[in-house]
Amino acid sequence: MFDGYTGSELIAIFAMQGFAGLILFSVLVLMALGLAIIFGQMGVINMAHGEFMILGAYVTYLTSIFFENYLPGLSSIYFFVAIVLAFIAAASLGAFVEWALIRRLYKRPLDTLLATWGLSLILQQTYRSVFGAREKGVSLPDWMMGSIPITDMVEIPINGIIVMVLTLIITLSVYFIMQRSQWGAKVRAVVQNRPMAAAVGINTSIVDRMTFALGCGIAGVAGSAFTMIGSTGPTSGQLYIVDTFMVVVFGGAANLMGTIASAFTISQAQTILEFFMSGSIAKVLTLGLIVGILMIRPQGLFTLKIRR
Amino acid sequence: MINSLKRSIPSLKSVFTVAVAAFAFSQATLINAAPPTAEVNTTGLAVTDDTVTVGILHSITGTMAISETGSTQAEKLAIKQINESGGVLGRQIKYIQEDGASDWPTFAEKSRKLLVKDKVAAVMGCWTSASRKAALPVFEQYNGMLFYPTFYEGLEQSPNVVYTGQEATQQIIASIDWVVKTKGVKTFYLLGSDYIWPRTSMKIARKHIAKLGLKVVGEEYYPLGHTQFNSVINKIKLKKPDVIFAAVVGGSNVAFYKQVKAAGIDWRKEKPLMLTISVTEDEVLGIGGENLVGAYSSMKYFQSLTNGNNMEFVKAFKEMWGEDSVIGDVTQAAYLGPWIWKYAVEKAGSFDIDKLKLTLPGIELTTAPEGYVKVHENHHLWSKARIGHARADGQFDVVFESENLIEPNPFPKGYQ
Repeated sequence: MFDGYTGSELIAIFAMQGFAGLILFSVLVLMALGLAIIFGQMGVINMAHGEFMILGAYVTYLTSIFFENYLPGLSSIYFFVAIVLAFIAAASLGAFVEWALIRRLYKRPLDTLLATWGLSLILQQTYRSVFGAREKGVSLPDWMMGSIPITDMVEIPINGIIVMVLTLIITLSVYFIMQRSQWGAKVRAVVQNRPMAAAVGINTSIVDRMTFALGCGIAGVAGSAFTMIGSTGPTSGQLYIVDTFMVVVFGGAANLMGTIASAFTISQAQTILEFFMSGSIAKVLTLGLIVGILMIRPQGLFTLKIRR
Repeated sequence: MINSLKRSIPSLKSVFTVAVAAFAFSQATLINAAPPTAEVNTTGLAVTDDTVTVGILHSITGTMAISETGSTQAEKLAIKQINESGGVLGRQIKYIQEDGASDWPTFAEKSRKLLVKDKVAAVMGCWTSASRKAALPVFEQYNGMLFYPTFYEGLEQSPNVVYTGQEATQQIIASIDWVVKTKGVKTFYLLGSDYIWPRTSMKIARKHIAKLGLKVVGEEYYPLGHTQFNSVINKIKLKKPDVIFAAVVGGSNVAFYKQVKAAGIDWRKEKPLMLTISVTEDEVLGIGGENLVGAYSSMKYFQSLTNGNNMEFVKAFKEMWGEDSVIGDVTQAAYLGPWIWKYAVEKAGSFDIDKLKLTLPGIELTTAPEGYVKVHENHHLWSKARIGHARADGQFDVVFESENLIEPNPFPKGYQ
């Protein structure tokens, strides 16, 4: 398939393709981080993860409308405000959902699957009733669209860079919160042994609520970022949910490093395969690869060694 | 409280009946032309002396609600206008709306309900090919009449369906001829979502491109809902096609155009050109006009058409559904359904489906927003093909219109 191309063309395309892989990697990490916290740390199978993302996207949409109408001078930076608001909105909804629904189900983890699936349907129809069934076009400031030309062939998409930077920031924050802060230590203590954590004076129900809210908030940020690359509609969240679970399960549910490693493996496999064959076949092969590896290593790529 | 409420219902009902009867009487004396029900309805359809009931069957919930909302709105507008102009055979149209819920078996079930229980005289409905395929056996079994608005892949023809959108050859062949003739393109890149409509459409496109002696340099299908298109964008950059011929749908559509824009491809440049068969004004709402500007779309209708029919249609639509509404190709095609049905019924002098089948071919519509259309023997429409050039405001400039009406040909020879 490389007949008739010059060497420089091929180098350029491999560079571009490598970059495409990195963007996909960032996108996967960003969508999966929130779920990794909720599913990995709390054992809650949150089927409504996609809808929390779309909440972030809708918040971004509303923010853009607000800035257009009331603060047109600042509209080039509205996106950063939107990200913060998206986090707050999704985290608040997450805290409420945990209080109303999830906390009653910690002893029945499989039932969280049904409950959150129902929640996702409710949220979808709510979006549809509030915002209408049609997709919303979120207008972005000009500087965020377009690309930086390096050479004739190599062009770096700006929104790709923004997603990568955002992913890096969020990942580092999550790492520090979970691994370096006192609160993170409490979360891990609760995950490892709930009765013991309670016995040493940790308020486990508050920890649960905050953890769930954090996961949902990160989903909201991801949704906000994805207005740059995807659609914003009542059911858009469904587009991401399968990939998200794939990344988390493949990585080994209880480990954030696993999520990152798994996102990297999947994104590279996918982009390389997509380049050499049709998109559908690439997807089939990627999924086949994951199933194969999970058959050999059912616990995922990385696991915590915990005495059960 | 509840008891008193219960008791008040019949009295309300009877008041209403009297009011309706009085209204009907005044109508009947005014028009004095409505033929007796026994004559126009010999098969027990839901026809009374002053009303006739039809069904509207689209998804108002679920994924497809995005697309089907416009169709529902257009059909209600047409019904309202027909009623204002005196109805069908002197009868006012009432409608029963059912929700297909984006679920194909539900479409079949609701079709059965509309035909068997409600005995509707016609159904305006379905949107995806999958929903039509699910409902089709029901319409054939109970001898109903379905008016189907979406442009689709063809390869189907049923006496119980009228297809008011374009079938694939009408949409594809004219647009490829146009892009070859006016833009002098030599190489094509075919890109679609992975299901029956894009696959069949691309098959026809590929055959036609080969017939013209030109070259397809790439052909790709992505799963429905795919959101990452950077790889295919790189491949397009490598293969340097003159034109990309695209049939990507749904959320993927939005993702694709946003990522193309981000990758520095500008459709306003000479190369590559974008020629799509899956973007109407409705889709642009989600994609964003600034991401699509410069692309070409092949449809039979654009909201920006300046003929008198369309000016009136757009005005009436916005009056009914709000100033911000946009009208895409399928919405217009859905608007045609009730009108074609009305004229066919009046020509037959009967609501009977079997008589309707005989009079449908040859029905002409001079008031269609897209211009003159005619029903073919095969229950598709003769219609013109048009190419629109996307503007930043989400509308299209019509840059091409086929000289003549194009004959619908759902089973193209040599293209299968």
